[in-house]
Amino acid sequence: MNSKNLLNTFVELIRRTSSDLPVDVVSAIEKGLLTEKRDSIAHKTLQMILKNIDIAREKSLPMCQDTGTPVFYVNYPAKVSQIDIKKKINQAIKESVYKLYLRPNIVDTLTGKNLGDRTGPGYPVINFEEWKKDYIKVILMLKGGGCENVGTQYALPDSRVNAVRDLEGVRRCILDAVHKAQGRGCSPGILGVCIGGDRVSSYEESKRQLLRSLDDRNKNPVLGKLEQSIMRDANKLGIGPMGFGGRTTLLGVKIGSLCRIPPSYFVSVTYMCWAYRRRGFEYENEKVKRWLY
Amino acid sequence: MVILNSPISKKDVVKLKTGDTVHLNGIIVTARDVAHKYLIENRPKEYKRLLKNGVLYHCGPVVDRVGKKWIIAAAGPTTSIRQEPYTAEVIKEYGVSGIIGKGGMGDRTLNALKKYKAVYFHAIGGLAQVLAECVVDVKDVFMLKEFGSPEAMWILDVRDFPVTVTMDSHGNSLHKTMYERSGAILNSLITKGGL
Repeated sequence: MNSKNLLNTFVELIRRTSSDLPVDVVSAIEKGLLTEKRDSIAHKTLQMILKNIDIAREKSLPMCQDTGTPVFYVNYPAKVSQIDIKKKINQAIKESVYKLYLRPNIVDTLTGKNLGDRTGPGYPVINFEEWKKDYIKVILMLKGGGCENVGTQYALPDSRVNAVRDLEGVRRCILDAVHKAQGRGCSPGILGVCIGGDRVSSYEESKRQLLRSLDDRNKNPVLGKLEQSIMRDANKLGIGPMGFGGRTTLLGVKIGSLCRIPPSYFVSVTYMCWAYRRRGFEYENEKVKRWLY
Repeated sequence: MVILNSPISKKDVVKLKTGDTVHLNGIIVTARDVAHKYLIENRPKEYKRLLKNGVLYHCGPVVDRVGKKWIIAAAGPTTSIRQEPYTAEVIKEYGVSGIIGKGGMGDRTLNALKKYKAVYFHAIGGLAQVLAECVVDVKDVFMLKEFGSPEAMWILDVRDFPVTVTMDSHGNSLHKTMYERSGAILNSLITKGGL
């Protein structure tokens, strides 16, 4: 593997992810702007957000100063070494801090010390999966801290939201999560949801749902209907951009499900802020085959 | 729209009401939870003059060093509720007039705003580039080595820094109102059922 090319590609991936919001997200924000009343605070807020997105792209600088936890999803053929890829990612992060694409964003939890341009356990997050295709696919999500903090998990039945183990119960949990997230996660937000799994796999799948394009359709019609219902109702809550009031509370809802064991029924919600930074590439024969999103 | 210069006199603070849009000029000081903890536990006297009637900004910027100058490359607000355990005490001890952040704060802070005459300004979350362009100069930085760049206290000179008053010195909180209003809608949506 030509290590220089792959390293540069990872740095370019981080630059694009941090400074240039994908087109499906920008269109969803623009669509939101059209539903808000002119001169309302919601309208002005979305306009400012769109202006911010433009400046970040032009300057190749972080659209949000919290460049988040870098979460990588890597599919690779059997011949590729995970250790090699990991090394490249760590090097690329160092370079990206130097180039201001990333904030020095890692702290030793026990000493409180900022580790600068280094990486460490838990940062970045890399999900590896071998596959049968003969190229590498990488998706990067920069997951901000404010919105990560409002992610939540319900174990049904949950009397706090009067939810039993059915889709109506799931619906109540998700709407409750949107209500509780207001102000802390920067709305308009996007939800990744998983029904089922164990505590860990359920959260993991809820985050993975955010890899879907905002304009896709759920392959499962039952979940598709639930997504539409949540979108409709959440945007009736009146929370609006940044919680100032308005019609645009959510830009999207993506729901998946995993099998579970009979004692457990989890509903896990990952909240993504409007700065929904995800980009990807496919890499073959020492060069980028195509950029994703 | 109101134009205000920081430091902000208490006379000006009490004129502000929730919903007012404000453009701030002058000095603002970045501080996140680590800096707040330090201010409360160590009570450094040299910060008193700096913060008297001053404005704190919940922000961990991306900063570049060009020659001897610091350049702010990205500087949006961080979630304010993390500073809730310390803020009431910081307002009392240092005589702070304004806090800039996002998401609003809790009852302890709201009471302190009323008692000691201060106000909470909401900046749009994630607006790192628009707000970085409002920073005209980095005057100084404190605790850089100890806390690291994102959590250090940066002394910023800003022009036309756009914010909205969401908690005022009269006991009003737009966040509280919104939370209750949307909570009532949530209850009706749940009772109605939707699938």
